[in-house]
Amino acid sequence: MTGESSPSPPEPARRALIAFAWLWVGLPLAYGLYELVRKATQLFTG
Amino acid sequence: MSPPVAPPGWSRWLVPPAALGVHLSIGQAYAWSVFKPPLESALDLSGTQSALPFQLGIVMLGLSAAFGGTLVERRGPRWAMTVALICFSSGFLLSALGAATEQYWLIVLGYGFVGGIGLGIGYISPVSTLIKWFPDRPGMATGIAIMGFGGGALIASPWSAQMLQSFGTDNVGIAYAFLVHGLTYAVFMLLGVLLVRVPPPARPAADAPAVTAGPQVSARSAVRTPQFWLLWIVLCMNVTAGIGILEKAAPMITDFFADSSAPVSATAAAGFVALLSAANMAGRLGWSTTSDLIGRKNIYRVYLGVGALMYALIWSLGDSSKPLFVLAALVILSFYGGGFATVPAYLKDLFGTYQVGAIHGRLLTAWSTAGVLGPLIVNWVADRQEEAGKHGPSLYGVSLVVMIGLLAVGFVANELVRPVHPRHHEPGADAPAVASKEAADDRREQPESA
Repeated sequence: MTGESSPSPPEPARRALIAFAWLWVGLPLAYGLYELVRKATQLFTG
Repeated sequence: MSPPVAPPGWSRWLVPPAALGVHLSIGQAYAWSVFKPPLESALDLSGTQSALPFQLGIVMLGLSAAFGGTLVERRGPRWAMTVALICFSSGFLLSALGAATEQYWLIVLGYGFVGGIGLGIGYISPVSTLIKWFPDRPGMATGIAIMGFGGGALIASPWSAQMLQSFGTDNVGIAYAFLVHGLTYAVFMLLGVLLVRVPPPARPAADAPAVTAGPQVSARSAVRTPQFWLLWIVLCMNVTAGIGILEKAAPMITDFFADSSAPVSATAAAGFVALLSAANMAGRLGWSTTSDLIGRKNIYRVYLGVGALMYALIWSLGDSSKPLFVLAALVILSFYGGGFATVPAYLKDLFGTYQVGAIHGRLLTAWSTAGVLGPLIVNWVADRQEEAGKHGPSLYGVSLVVMIGLLAVGFVANELVRPVHPRHHEPGADAPAVASKEAADDRREQPESA
């Protein structure tokens, strides 16, 4: 890596926005994964 | 609309959720099958007819990604995500109108044609931007987005099914379901439109290293290089081999163990298919991230070489071990997903970030080709074997050998990939710094004379 300066952490306001953005996409994905796991377990129980 | 440049202090970790907002939405395309049976009974359609919106959508995905790529590069990710939002969402709204008025052609036009443009533009919209924000980890960055495309179907499949259950499966119920889909996806994708930013030219972000890598090649020049077409073959072969399992997963596991002491039930086969989807998704993020550590050429050696070995394992074991069969299939599907997710970073290593989104769009024609080729091979071979009176694992013997052959072709193509000759580089655009291990390795090799 040849970065000119070391990466710095984001400001607090940006941190809240980052958390919101990840929750926005993470929650539906978690729902999809939950449904997938429920279905996949049928391989071992079906 | 000019590309939105990030203000000082903007975090690059806001860009992956922006990309996911789009990819998780357009990934709904792979859950179209949920709408097929209700449409068939409500509008008196055949199975072939009810598949038309999806098929046209995938064709439009390939075409709009291939022909719209340069425009996406020029106008930027916000413009592309806005176009994707409008097309994908209005595709559903047109379909709602079609279902309500029992005009099936409107559903084909809306979901397939208009929505399909949204799929293609949406698919490539964040790729170039992500690579520019994460020059040190392009595989991980594009892996997150392209994992979202796989994840979109996981969300849409149960969600759409529940919606049809609530609204009913007659034409009015389907119309309401399409309407809610259109409006919800518009709101969901808006996050991407609002959040996406291109990095300032000097330095990507407060939390990103200021590096860009390698040569800079335009999309027009890239398609004239052997490297582009070798990668086209690599992607096409890898996807075809993955589809070989995906297309026949449920009947395959049932047939394989039909004569064994522990046959597989239809319910268990459905669980197997779900598990394959999980492997496909995990491979997109996991293997693509790994490629940042071991290099793009090496990871494709794994996808294609170990993938062929896994097919050989399935072939040689027959019905003797169910756990090994499942394990090998999961590995193959993880490589299938990994192949999709790693290819933008491979393109970036070879052609630079200059027009990587447009080049990626053109390369996606390999996916369209594989989408036709894969099912055609597997179904044709399986039908011939069935006609020949074969059963159990021997039904799939020829298919498995064909898949091994295809992966071998892809492996050879990957071995032939060399750094792009400097005569294809954009004058004065080459970046002096090297960001990735693969790019560093490539610099040590001699450019080929092709």
